Amino acid sequence: MRVLLAAKGLAKSFGAVVAAADLDLAVEAGEIHALIGPNGAGKTTVLRLLSGELRPDAGCVWLADREVTALAVHERARLGLARTFQHSSVLSSFSVLENVAVAIQAHAGSSFRFFKPASPDPRLEEPALAILERLGIEGLADRPAAALAHGERRLLELAMALACRPQVLLLDEPLAGVSNKEAQRLIGVLAALRAEMGMLLVEHDMDAVFRLADRITVLVNGRVIASGSPSAVRADPLVRSAYLGEEEEL
Amino acid sequence: MSAVRTRGGHGLAPLLFVLIALAILSAELWAGPYYLKLLSRAMILALAALALDLVVGVAGLVSLGHAAFLGVGAYTVGILAEHGITSGWIQWPIALFASAAFALVIGALSLRTRGVHFIMITLAFAQMLYYAANSLSRYGGDDGLTIWNRSEFATFFSLADRSTFAWTCFVILLLSYLLLARVVASRFGRVLRGAKDNERRMEALGYPVARFRLVAFTLSGTLAGLAGVLLANLTEFVAPAYMSWHRSGELLAMVVLGGLGSLYGAIIGAFFFVLVEEALARITTHWALVFGPFLILLVLLGRGGLVGLLENLGRR
Repeated sequence: MRVLLAAKGLAKSFGAVVAAADLDLAVEAGEIHALIGPNGAGKTTVLRLLSGELRPDAGCVWLADREVTALAVHERARLGLARTFQHSSVLSSFSVLENVAVAIQAHAGSSFRFFKPASPDPRLEEPALAILERLGIEGLADRPAAALAHGERRLLELAMALACRPQVLLLDEPLAGVSNKEAQRLIGVLAALRAEMGMLLVEHDMDAVFRLADRITVLVNGRVIASGSPSAVRADPLVRSAYLGEEEEL
Repeated sequence: MSAVRTRGGHGLAPLLFVLIALAILSAELWAGPYYLKLLSRAMILALAALALDLVVGVAGLVSLGHAAFLGVGAYTVGILAEHGITSGWIQWPIALFASAAFALVIGALSLRTRGVHFIMITLAFAQMLYYAANSLSRYGGDDGLTIWNRSEFATFFSLADRSTFAWTCFVILLLSYLLLARVVASRFGRVLRGAKDNERRMEALGYPVARFRLVAFTLSGTLAGLAGVLLANLTEFVAPAYMSWHRSGELLAMVVLGGLGSLYGAIIGAFFFVLVEEALARITTHWALVFGPFLILLVLLGRGGLVGLLENLGRR
């Protein structure tokens, strides 16, 4: 399979705390690659290194066949890297539809247009609505994003990421704090998206991880202790002792 | 919600401009030249406050140095007039270009910072220009510079005429408002508003936020420069005080007083500021003692500024 996102030898320390050490990671087209590990293992730091919010102390990041280590967040986004945040990050003063329309706008020509009103514009709003429909939240289109419930906001964030039509999608705990019903819907949506992009999924919900992931990498103290198919990782004794816990039934 | 709408809809703006036009008319007919001049001054400061609201209210960047651009515009007119260049066709474009250039450079450096640091660095740049103006001994130094002729355009259109001047200010203020209202509603404006709301998210969507902000800052500085051009023509005088930090603070107070982000709120704020200051100054020489607490009270009571208060009244 084609590698869409690759990290080689990534390292990042905050003072004495090692958040990532000699980390190799790859996301291929059409796969969901789960990154798991106990709290403080450095999962979010890895996402921030990949998305460009943090500069690594060493190592490099590739998007498809292009090195992007020196590129800023917005430049990587333009090359097809989208992400969702651990704490839902939407534009709370905008309506739900406008949130997605802004994301479409980012990838639909120049935004240095000063006179024509941004809304209404069917070229932005129709595809935005289509994405909301796909996630089953078109009924919320006119609601202010600030008025959304937590689970709805997670779905909106995913909608914004999809509106960027990414090659690679970084998901930072998309299921955290959502109801069981919403979690099932999100899992269904993510599984269906697999064919269109590569995904790197950071998630604590092990049930979801083992249902979705094609490959799992386990991170402890910034180091990869195991990486491979879900069944291999599940059986790995190192993983069991370090993270999953002996008694937990997988 | 106390937040003022920042997209679409002109709200109270049409009513506001009708009131200003009526005020100019009645000053022409009855009240006399003093009031015409007072109104012109209010409109000019309203233009500067309007420009500032694009940066502070719409883009969410608190600039405490906008008087600098007012000063650059005014000094350009003064210096050119000193050298005998009195044609407005030459003065005005050069003044606009100069304020745009200053805003571009100051913006490019200031926008590397955020929050309180942005406030401090814009203030620092304005103070630098203030002291630079003080040291321009060729152009009056700290005494300032008298402008003997207002900008000249054509024989049938003379800014020396108070009425013509007031209506010129009115038209420029109206056009500037309409321009900025369009900009705020445009794709560009939407990026500014989005970045005010959540900069990190906008970057992650692929927007180079700093570039959008720099364009907005430059546009704002240019319009503030235009206000400076008008102010120099109104007072027929320029002085370093035009750039002092307390002028910057006054502009900021006008914007906050009027209601952030609505654009016309800045105009209301400026008129309110100038007119109340004038009224208080008649009652007592210690007007600032009353005015200060009054401003604080207003900002505390009406979180959406005067626009918020008026809209709440309208809704009842």
